[in-house]
Amino acid sequence: MSVDIRPADAAPGRPSRQALSALLYRRGRLRLAGLLTAPAAWLILVYIAALSALLITALWTVDTFTGKVSTTWTLDNLIQVTTDPVYQTIALRTLRIAVLVTVVDMVLALPIAFFIAKVASPRWRGVLVVAILMPLWASYLVKAYAWRNVLAEGGLLEWLGISSPGYSEAAVVIALSYIWLPYMILPIHAGFERVPDSLLEASSDLGAKPLATLRLVILPILVPSIIAGTIFTFALTLGDYITAQIVGGTTQMLGTVVYANVGAANNLPLASAVALIPIAVIMAYLLIVRRTGALNNL
Amino acid sequence: MTSAAMPQTSRRKTAPAGPAIRLVGLSKRFGETTAVDSVDLEIRSGEFFSMLGPSGSGKTTVLRLIAGFELPTAGVIELDGKDVSARAPFERDVNTVFQDYALFPHMSLIENVAYGLRVRGVAKAVRRQRAAEALEQVQLGSFLDRRPSQLSGGQRQRVALARALVVRPKVLLLDEPLGALDLKLRQQMQVELKELQQELGITFIFVTHDQEEALTMSDRIGVFNKGRIEQVGTPEEIYERPNGPFVANFVGTSNIFPGTLGRSLYGRDDRFSVRPERIQLRPLPPEGPGTGIALTVTALVYLGHATQVRGTLPDGTTAVALIPVTAGRGGEFAVGQPAVLSWNRQDVVWLPPAS
Ligand SMILES: Nc1ncnc2c1ncn2[C@@H]1O[C@H](COP(=O)(O)OP(=O)(O)O)[C@@H](O)[C@H]1O
Ligand SMILES: [Mg+2]
Repeated sequence: MSVDIRPADAAPGRPSRQALSALLYRRGRLRLAGLLTAPAAWLILVYIAALSALLITALWTVDTFTGKVSTTWTLDNLIQVTTDPVYQTIALRTLRIAVLVTVVDMVLALPIAFFIAKVASPRWRGVLVVAILMPLWASYLVKAYAWRNVLAEGGLLEWLGISSPGYSEAAVVIALSYIWLPYMILPIHAGFERVPDSLLEASSDLGAKPLATLRLVILPILVPSIIAGTIFTFALTLGDYITAQIVGGTTQMLGTVVYANVGAANNLPLASAVALIPIAVIMAYLLIVRRTGALNNL
Repeated sequence: MTSAAMPQTSRRKTAPAGPAIRLVGLSKRFGETTAVDSVDLEIRSGEFFSMLGPSGSGKTTVLRLIAGFELPTAGVIELDGKDVSARAPFERDVNTVFQDYALFPHMSLIENVAYGLRVRGVAKAVRRQRAAEALEQVQLGSFLDRRPSQLSGGQRQRVALARALVVRPKVLLLDEPLGALDLKLRQQMQVELKELQQELGITFIFVTHDQEEALTMSDRIGVFNKGRIEQVGTPEEIYERPNGPFVANFVGTSNIFPGTLGRSLYGRDDRFSVRPERIQLRPLPPEGPGTGIALTVTALVYLGHATQVRGTLPDGTTAVALIPVTAGRGGEFAVGQPAVLSWNRQDVVWLPPAS
C-alpha cells in the first residue's frame, strides 16, 4: 500500500533534520538503502570477492621452476582434485568425519538442550548456559592438545586401563565432536525456548505419550534450529586442519591438504582447488535442505 | 452449533450419576506459596461448573491439577470414582482448552484437530473425516488447510475447542477461554459454549474471573479466594445468598452493613448485605427520613441501563443503589445532597462473622 502520510505542518525546531526524517519515513526504499549499503558493501568485499579470488586462483598454475604463481588459465587443478584417487579418499574421509561429528553432536545436544530449556529451574538455566559457553572461551589449541593427552598412546585413557583409539580418525571425530558441541547446543536450545510449555502440555493432554510428543511436536518445530546447528558443525569440521594434525596422527583431511599446499608445497592454486570442495559440499547440503522443505515452516 | 459431528450425546446422558470429578483435601504448594489449600469439591456429571475468583486465587492451578500438568502436594483427585492423582495427562480422560489456545504452529487446522485421534492410532482417512466435521461444527469448515497463524483470536479459540472435543473427553477444562476476545465476540461465544455443552452433555469446568460470565453460563459456581473455595452453589444461591463478605463483594457489587446497624434495625449483631438493585432510594423529604436511613450522595455513575448512586451513611459506611433508567429518577439526586435509603426485610442477607 502506498498511503502517503505527511505531517500536517512541520513542528518548529530543526526543519532540515525533520525534512530528512520525513523523507526517509515516506520513502521506504531510501530508508532501506541507507541501512543496508554499508553492510552490503562489506559482504560483497569479504565474501564474494574472497570466494571469486579462490575460484580464480584455482584456475591458475605454479611455475615449477620459479615456484611463482603463473596466471595461465587451466582446469588441471580442478581435474586433479576431482579425479585423483588420493584426493577422492581424503575428500570422502573428511565428509565422513563431518557427518559423524554432526550426528554425534546432534544426539548429544538434543537432550542437553531439552534439559536446559525445559527441565532445569530458571536459576540453573543461566548457570548451565554459561557452562556450555565456557569451553568456547578456552583456546582451541588447548582443547585439541588436551584430547591428545587423553586419547593418544600412553595417554589418560590407557592409563585408566581403557583401550584408546590412539592417533586415528576416531580420535579426530571424538575431539571435533567435543570442540563443536556448543555450536549445536546453542541453536537447539534457542529453538526449545521458542516451544511454549503449553504446546507440550496440549500434546500430552490430547493423549500423546512423551515419545509421540517428541516426534510430532518438538522435532518438527526444532528442525530449523537443528539444521542451523548441523550447518555449524558440518562446515566447521569440513574446514578443520589443526585437530586433525594434533590428534589424528597421519589422518589427512581436506584442511590439512590445503595447509600443506599453501605452506610446504607452495602450490596456492592446488590449495584453492581443494578448498573449493568443502564449499561445494556445503552448498549442496543447503540445496538439499531447501529441497526437502525443512525450512518452509520458518 | 449443531451436534452432527458428535453423536455420542445419548451415551453421555446415561452416564453414572456419581460425580464426574471429586477433589478431596487437594493442596498444591509452590515453594512458599500455597496456590491451592485443601479444596474439597464434587463436580456432577454433565454439569457446567464455573470456578470463579480473582486473579491468583488458584483456579488455574486446580484445573492443571485435574488435567495432570501438576501433581498435588496433598489430596486426591477422582475421575469417575477412580483415583487418578498420580496419573500422567495422557492417561486421564479429560481435555483442556488452553488460555493461549496452544495450537501447534507447524500443523494445519485439520492436522491440529486430528492430533488427538492420530496419537490414538485412528486411521488417517477416518481422523481427517472426523476432524473436518468438528471444524465444520465450529464454523471453520472452509479453513481446513490454513495455519493457526492465519486466524483471528476467536477463530483460534474455536479450533482449540474442536481439537479438545473431537476426542470425546468425559470432562472439558476451559481456562478463561474467552479472556482474549472482545466484548461482542465474548458474549456470542458464551451462548455458543453453553449450547454446545448442553448438546454434548459433557461436563464443563470453566475458569473465569468474570462474575457476570459465571452467573449467566453456569449450572453451579465455586467461588475461589486465596486457594480455598468460599462457596459452592447455583448462580442464584451465590448471588442471592452469599455466605460471606468475600462472595457478596466479589459476585456483583454489594452493600455490606455493619453489625451495629443490624442491632439497631433488627436486634441482631451480625453484618448483613443488600444488593444495590434491591435498594430503594428517594430524595430526603422535608419532614425527615421517616422509615429509612439518611445518606449523603457522593457520586453518580451513568451505566446506560441504570444510574448507580453512591453515598455515605452517617457512620461512614458506603452504600450503593442502582436506579433503573425506566424509573427515570437519576436526575432527582445530586452529589452532596442527602437522600433516604430503604429495603425490604426479605432482601437482607446475613453474613457469618468474618474469621
Ligand atoms: N508454577 C508456579 N510456580 C510458582 N507459583 C505459582 C505457579 N503457578 C501458580 N503459582 C502461584 O499460585 C497462586 C495461584 O495461581 P493461579 O492458580 O494461576 O491463580 P488464578 O488462575 O486463579 O489466577 C498465585 O499466587 C501464583 O503466583
Ligand atoms: Mg488463571
